Amino acid sequence: MTRERSWLWLWLLLSSVPASADEINVAVAANFLGTLQQLAPAFQQASGQQLVISAGSSGQLYAQIKQGAPFDVFLSADSERPKLLETEGLGVAGSRFTYAIGTLVLWSARPGVVDADGNILRSANLRLIAIADPKNAPYGLAAQQVLTALRVWDQFNRDHRISMAENINQAWQFAATGNADVAFIARSQLAASVDGKAIGGSSWEPPQSLYSEIDQDGLVLTRSAKRAAAESFMRWLRADSHAIALIKAAGYRVRE
Amino acid sequence: MIANFFSAADLAALWISVKLAVITVACLLLLATPLAWWLASGRSKARIVVEAVTALPLVLPPTVLGFYLLLLLGPYGPVGRLMLSLGLAPLSFSFGGLVVGSILYSMPFVVQPLQNAFQSVGTRMLEVAATLGAPPLDRFMSVALPLARRGFVTGGVLAFAHTLGEFGVVLMIGGNIPGRTQTAAIAIFNHVEVLDYASAQRLSLTLLIACFTLLLIVYATNRGARREWVTP
Repeated sequence: MTRERSWLWLWLLLSSVPASADEINVAVAANFLGTLQQLAPAFQQASGQQLVISAGSSGQLYAQIKQGAPFDVFLSADSERPKLLETEGLGVAGSRFTYAIGTLVLWSARPGVVDADGNILRSANLRLIAIADPKNAPYGLAAQQVLTALRVWDQFNRDHRISMAENINQAWQFAATGNADVAFIARSQLAASVDGKAIGGSSWEPPQSLYSEIDQDGLVLTRSAKRAAAESFMRWLRADSHAIALIKAAGYRVRE
Repeated sequence: MIANFFSAADLAALWISVKLAVITVACLLLLATPLAWWLASGRSKARIVVEAVTALPLVLPPTVLGFYLLLLLGPYGPVGRLMLSLGLAPLSFSFGGLVVGSILYSMPFVVQPLQNAFQSVGTRMLEVAATLGAPPLDRFMSVALPLARRGFVTGGVLAFAHTLGEFGVVLMIGGNIPGRTQTAAIAIFNHVEVLDYASAQRLSLTLLIACFTLLLIVYATNRGARREWVTP
């Protein structure tokens, strides 16, 4: 067997199987993965179509979509990247909408630590607070806005009492393991359960007036070979009462 | 029992990981053997550069390597465009892309033990074989290869274990597509993201035990081989 032919065989062995027709490939920001996993069977029941879910960080998924990733729909954790994709022609014009609005929560794994007014943020006993990195995580930016509005951001920074997590899930882990006293996380994380057990502790929801709204936008991608199916999924996600109920139960708000 | 222990998706991810590791090791042994032989015996200056390039995956953050591969192999990259013009699908977001990424990422784990093994064979045995009339290929096949078998076991097992545990490269170049490019390590990431720690631990423990057993085999083999050397 010639070398060329053996390479051809190797390539045939390794090449991917084309996706089946009734599958929609959804790229989702990791913070919405759990909710989408609950939405997928409901959508399949309603439409007969299956969602193939790929999770990652919004930045990583954006880079992959720019490099021709075979996704039909992108559900981002922010609104910036979907807007960029739309202006770059990689998202279908007019398909972008806010599928979920995040709510910021200050949380401690221990009950009685976070008070109903968030006064703990002014306490000197607060050793370490975990937030997601404001540079790349919308919830981190919101946390920074709240701390700035309360005029404690500079103080926390001066004392090196802020731990920058990679994302809100890591911020949650820092507080859940007791390595940080409190963390700014998403209300959707509080609504979740760990291995079926509800998350306890104590929490405070800062008023929305202290931070700009955390819009999570999604859109249909131009490269999609299944645009009609992708658009029907997005219509369902936006308007179906069952879908909206699931999104709200997961701790998000939706634009009425 | 296994079916009860793991979900269908996790089983699929484990299977993809094992398949990826087996194919990666097979390709690496084929590719790295001549390369390591050349590095061990060649005298050219280019050797140093190639040696450094081979070791780069040890230093580069996996997501960086993955990002470069994504640019290179994607439909807009040079390799991806070439494949498209030949009527083939680009390698990114396919199992083939995972194999290419894994080969590069685990290359130093095979090349370095093999290079060491070839160097420790030395030139004397090969010169003796040459004076006995063995042609170069025969000298390589029946003298160098058997003497370097420890390097093959070490390199093969290290690459296998390293591929099982690989995360950043496969996430970037594969895109976390269940049933196609989602490996066990990425399935663990998914479980942790949705706070399903029980499933994450089941998979992690499986990888841990598998890799620990493999490494035990390497060290046991190496010790046995060393004894052989001491008492011929």
